[in-house]
Amino acid sequence: MSTLTQTPDSGAREQRSYPSYSRPFWQRVVLSREFAVIALLIAAIVYSRSEVDYFDGPQTMYYLFRDSASILLLALPMTAIIITGEIDLSVASTVGLTSVAFGMLHADAGLSIGLAALVAVLIGAVCGAFNGFLVAYVGLPSIAVTIGTLALYRGIAAGLLGTESRTDFPESWTDLAKERIVEDQPYPMILIPFLVLAIAFGLLLHFSSFGRGIYEIGLNDEAARFTGVDVARTKAVLFVLAGAVAGFVGIYTTLVTGVARAENSVGLELQVIAAVLLGGVSIFGGRGALPGVIAGVLLIGVIQRAMLLNGETVNIINIVIGSLLVLSVMSTSLLALAHRAVAASKGARSSGRTSDSAGKRSLS
Amino acid sequence: MSTTPSATSLSRPSDASPTARVLRDVLRSRELAVAVVLVLLIAVTTAKSSSFLFGSTGWRDLLLTPSMLVLLAVGQTAVIITRNVDLSVGSTMGLTAYLTGRLFIDQPGLPIIVVVLAGIAMGAALGVINGVLVAWGRVPALVITLGTMYIYRGAFLTWAGSDRINAGDMPRAFRDLGTDSILGIPVLTIVALVVLALVGYYLRTARGGRELYAIGSDPDAAGLYGLSVNRRIMFAFVLSGALAGLAGVVSAARFGTVSSTVGSGIELEAVGAAVIGGVAIFGGSGTVWGAALGAFLLVTINRSLPVLGISDFWQQAVVGLLIVGAIVLDRVLVNRQERALIAAREHGPDAGPPVPATSGSAGSDSQEVVR
Repeated sequence: MSTLTQTPDSGAREQRSYPSYSRPFWQRVVLSREFAVIALLIAAIVYSRSEVDYFDGPQTMYYLFRDSASILLLALPMTAIIITGEIDLSVASTVGLTSVAFGMLHADAGLSIGLAALVAVLIGAVCGAFNGFLVAYVGLPSIAVTIGTLALYRGIAAGLLGTESRTDFPESWTDLAKERIVEDQPYPMILIPFLVLAIAFGLLLHFSSFGRGIYEIGLNDEAARFTGVDVARTKAVLFVLAGAVAGFVGIYTTLVTGVARAENSVGLELQVIAAVLLGGVSIFGGRGALPGVIAGVLLIGVIQRAMLLNGETVNIINIVIGSLLVLSVMSTSLLALAHRAVAASKGARSSGRTSDSAGKRSLS
Repeated sequence: MSTTPSATSLSRPSDASPTARVLRDVLRSRELAVAVVLVLLIAVTTAKSSSFLFGSTGWRDLLLTPSMLVLLAVGQTAVIITRNVDLSVGSTMGLTAYLTGRLFIDQPGLPIIVVVLAGIAMGAALGVINGVLVAWGRVPALVITLGTMYIYRGAFLTWAGSDRINAGDMPRAFRDLGTDSILGIPVLTIVALVVLALVGYYLRTARGGRELYAIGSDPDAAGLYGLSVNRRIMFAFVLSGALAGLAGVVSAARFGTVSSTVGSGIELEAVGAAVIGGVAIFGGSGTVWGAALGAFLLVTINRSLPVLGISDFWQQAVVGLLIVGAIVLDRVLVNRQERALIAAREHGPDAGPPVPATSGSAGSDSQEVVR
């Protein structure tokens, strides 16, 4: 019914007023950043499977998922936070702190392992709530706040445990962290909580009014406030979620490595942010989607694994990933430049000038 | 310290004498607050163990250890003032430290000054890359320098491999620079202080320096006004890179060895030092004096905690608390000043001209912009 009432005429009018939506749906999909990342990921997998020795092997995918799991998990809340235009540099420190707390609660305080895990997740949520309070309610810049708590949380972890570590965890738990979902299949157990969380975050971000609010805040937080979005509460909730997920990653990291120590996951925050940005999330906020981010994390994972199998060192891999990050963000601005040039030439054509000269003019 | 004098001095020329004005500025400054904390820390630590300050190595270490972080914090300040950030300084520092050692090994005859200049030039070149990408790519510096941080660190580690440059590889005269002092002040500290004075003078007085503040306060307005925004931002990154290069050379002289961990993680310390010293992360305000004091404070805390009987594992937590405390304090001061400005506009003593509209913008909190 509603499709019938839409006359071609009104469609044409809309096309003129919203140039970015003038393309058909499939073209918009194909030209999107997310599509580009996913295509790149598939290309990387296809290339690696045919060209890199042992990439095809049964262990490769298993380790790929297992090594990417922490980043995959942390990237979910980070995506939402960056879409609001904020950033959380403290997640890896929260991982370290919850890892230490988990180990000490179990080994020193004698808590049962399940309870220790629960408390560790709560501690992570409290860390996130502290960030969220300072950012959302006190109104401080998140980059400065989370640089501070990056040092603070890691410092508390180091203060509590120093260079010591806690290693005696029940084998049933450490085995569970390393186990596969189905015997002989390359999917580690951690993928189950990841998929659950990914679907939850996907629904939250892309199919809820809370999620619309997140995008609105990123585009213009003042406008969002006027349309009834509780900006402060939204941001605070996201930071709490980031902390809680970091708490879960702290437990996972502890169990999968078998060691609770303060240095767990040092520097991981930058890898998470790099992956999220590579996945097409704009650091300015308001733009990005989870499928792209997940593809971005996996793309980095595939490149790392393929290069490692090829005998490259970690250093070369870092250069490649850094270049990929720079190129991918530069591509956005280069595309914008091209768009402007095209738009300018179109505008010039309609006003009677040749498109050629106008294109040159806007580029210069 | 009531709010009224600040309001009047902002809405019309102050009738106080220049000396009184300078005195009042200093007393109200953020730098003084950091300096007081630093002095208190040193005093308390010295009371606990007199060798912390009066021991033969105590005085030297107190001045010498922060010299690298001061250099980085000064460069970082110039970048942050323009509303950018440079996360690649740690990697740059590692690269130039290794370059320094490499040059001494491969070109034994090279004069020390040439090696130092080569280090600075290399840092500046890496800064040019950051600057070009940030200024002309229209991409946030956080992302670009995160990328170049990986790239430079990867290049450093690839170049260095498993090499480790030892004290024996570097000439005696160069390593002496790391320990020598003039009039009781270590040479490397003098280098850092000279750089601090030059950059501080430039930012406070020179046209280019003032333009950095203008750009950070409102990049669009600065562009519309006709400032060459891109060129200035580029300059800030080159400065930061060059100083990171110098810091790499200084670290080679100070420690006598270059390992693969040089400068790792120090970028966040440099940003932290600037933030503690009152440099606003959203640009437009702050001074290198504050950042340098912040750097001194960070390094001194690290050394004084064990003396005070606290395990130095807690150092990072104290640093984190300081950073969080500093930005909360900033917010409190900004709110107070905003209220004072509004009060001055609404019912000023002589209903003078309204305070310029800049009062609402992000940079207005600072005395720098208003001054």
